[in-house]
Amino acid sequence: MRRISLYSLDSLFGEISKSMTLYIPASDNAGGAVYTKYEDGVEYLNTLNTVKSPKNFFFPHTEDLMEFKLQGKNIDILDIRQESEDFAVFGVRGCDVKSFDILDRVFLSDPVDSYYATRREHGVIISLACTKPSETCFCTTFGIDPTEPMGDISAWMTESHLYLQPVTEKGKALMSKIEHITEACDDSEVLAQKDKTKNILSKLPLKDLSTDAFGSGKTKELFDSPQWAELSQSCLGCGTCTFVCPTCQCYDIKDFNTGSGVIRYRCWDSCMFSEFTKMAHGNPRLTQTERFRQRFMHKLVYYPENNDGLFSCVGCGRCLSKCPISMNIVKVMKSLGGDKNE
Amino acid sequence: MQKITRDQIVSKAVSLLQDGTVSAVLGWRQGEFCYDVTPSVFNTAEDIEANFVWNDFCGANFSKYLVSKTKNIDGKLLVFLKPCDTYSFNQLLTEHRFNRESVYVVGIPCEGMVDISKVKAVSGEGIVCAESKGAGLSVTTIYDENPKEIPYAEVLSERCLNCKSKKHVAYDELLGDEGEVIDSARFDEVEKLESMTSEERFAFWQGELSRCIRCNACRDVCPACTCEKCVFDNPNSGAESKAPTNSFEEQMFHVIRAFHVAGRCTDCGECSRVCPQNIPLHLLNRKFIKDINSFYGDYQAGAEVGMRAPLVDYDLGDLEACDVFERRDSE
Ligand code: SF4
Ligand code: SF4
Ligand code: SF4
Ligand code: SF4
Repeated sequence: MRRISLYSLDSLFGEISKSMTLYIPASDNAGGAVYTKYEDGVEYLNTLNTVKSPKNFFFPHTEDLMEFKLQGKNIDILDIRQESEDFAVFGVRGCDVKSFDILDRVFLSDPVDSYYATRREHGVIISLACTKPSETCFCTTFGIDPTEPMGDISAWMTESHLYLQPVTEKGKALMSKIEHITEACDDSEVLAQKDKTKNILSKLPLKDLSTDAFGSGKTKELFDSPQWAELSQSCLGCGTCTFVCPTCQCYDIKDFNTGSGVIRYRCWDSCMFSEFTKMAHGNPRLTQTERFRQRFMHKLVYYPENNDGLFSCVGCGRCLSKCPISMNIVKVMKSLGGDKNE
Repeated sequence: MQKITRDQIVSKAVSLLQDGTVSAVLGWRQGEFCYDVTPSVFNTAEDIEANFVWNDFCGANFSKYLVSKTKNIDGKLLVFLKPCDTYSFNQLLTEHRFNRESVYVVGIPCEGMVDISKVKAVSGEGIVCAESKGAGLSVTTIYDENPKEIPYAEVLSERCLNCKSKKHVAYDELLGDEGEVIDSARFDEVEKLESMTSEERFAFWQGELSRCIRCNACRDVCPACTCEKCVFDNPNSGAESKAPTNSFEEQMFHVIRAFHVAGRCTDCGECSRVCPQNIPLHLLNRKFIKDINSFYGDYQAGAEVGMRAPLVDYDLGDLEACDVFERRDSE
């Protein structure tokens, strides 16, 4: 383990950005935080979660896939992806780090999504342990330890220092580049911080939320529950919950007519939208209740069924704080989880 | 602090349900925390007594829900409307979006609703309790069991600080005292924008709108947005997009939407309330309202049922396009 004084945080950022583009959480000037490219004058904001999750780095909101150009009677198909540059993201919380694992299983299993894979290969994640979780946090429900975040390098910030511990080969490579400005140290401060945070975690209002009622094999039991209608009754069908969610992964592929050709791009889609997966015969989910059910069944039943029991929620709490009607996965789990979630 | 109590509202709801005046009640349902209230239909007195909430976090405007919730209703739906909500109610009636006979309106006074993000900016994360106490909120967090008292002036939402009316423009019955239309300062921010150079203004909006994630929550919550099929959802429109191709497209979405609700927007403020990116959408709408006021005389959408909005009405005294240009050039 190595450390650097917080006074030298800027020199650390500067050093990293010599070899790759660095993104750090900074103020969005509207009360939130947004990952911002580090340059002179960009100030690090010690925040819990950014409004937009870091999934954008690997699975951007919109992305050009290819271009079709008409040349006389020929159609040229051009690979227009921009070769991904090396980049690092600093300050990713434990929940969001876990979300990459969930996305990897979708995009990196056969057939591999090469756009996602390239970005993944080029990105280095420096995580950051939480010390001040919010009432909306429930990552521990999904077995995540926010005091021990994964990533390529794990980091802890105390009042005086930033502690760094490489986890992967990529992390070790980056550590070697910043070795000269960091110092070797033991982990006593980090351990003390972990204990303190664990004590706070035991006071969080959602600490006892259980997943017992969900997971693989629960489709029959939950699909026809009369509670979906009540839970979804005031859902606006907006995409807020899905667009702020670090694990939502649906996209649509569209063609944009440029006048002299066509650009094929993909963009995030939301199961909450009325046009989601519309087919020739129409939309398979006719009402908002069915769309709403899909979002939560996917996270709590279908995904675990196909992924060794892993749930596709990381308890980041974004949908809790951002839904216009304050409906969210916690309310769904409490309502459908029956006694297990009293 | 609200002037009427939860008990008053609950007993009103229960008695109207029990005497058969209404068959269901649209109200605010208790959430997981003290502030995350969900709009909900209540069908039984037990449910109302156990789960109905009325506090400083009941900001949601129920008017738009009447379009969907009265569709297949037997009898009447009871709805509680705050003064600002009643303007949306009238505007929806003007547009024939639901049947007045299916609704029983109880007007309730409102002292302003709290914006939880403003509370968190002061108290920090980890809120376990936020109760009304005197002229402010008393907030307790897991980090500090001593409650912090925050004056309302610091935590009321923008739209409530600039409330335009405490008067109900529609109701069947009123609980508590009726208020007055207020001479609010809601156009001050617009004036600041107007005094910018066009480059500054462009930069301002570009900065704000570049945060937009196109979740569509602003549109979906808007009582003026009740088209059966929105052009932005219709794949046959050529304008449909689930996400922006670039940030310019985002601006087009907002400009088109602002034009579409111009003259019908009551300035209820729901769009800004729900935006996950805190984009001040109300400024766009207020600019239109301010211009309509100055071009055609004061007009408040939803003030009465059946009013003809200046933009869809013709009058011999109407401003000619050249006058508008003249005014712009002289500015
Ligand atoms: S659950 Fe909330 S955020 Fe999600 S679509 Fe419904 S209203 Fe929007
Ligand atoms: S469902 Fe909600 S809490 Fe879970 S990962 Fe998505 S945004 Fe976070
Ligand atoms: S609610 Fe905000 S982020 Fe969502 S579409 Fe509207 S302006 Fe954009
Ligand atoms: S545009 Fe905004 S302020 Fe106007 S009616 Fe719609 S939600 Fe209300």
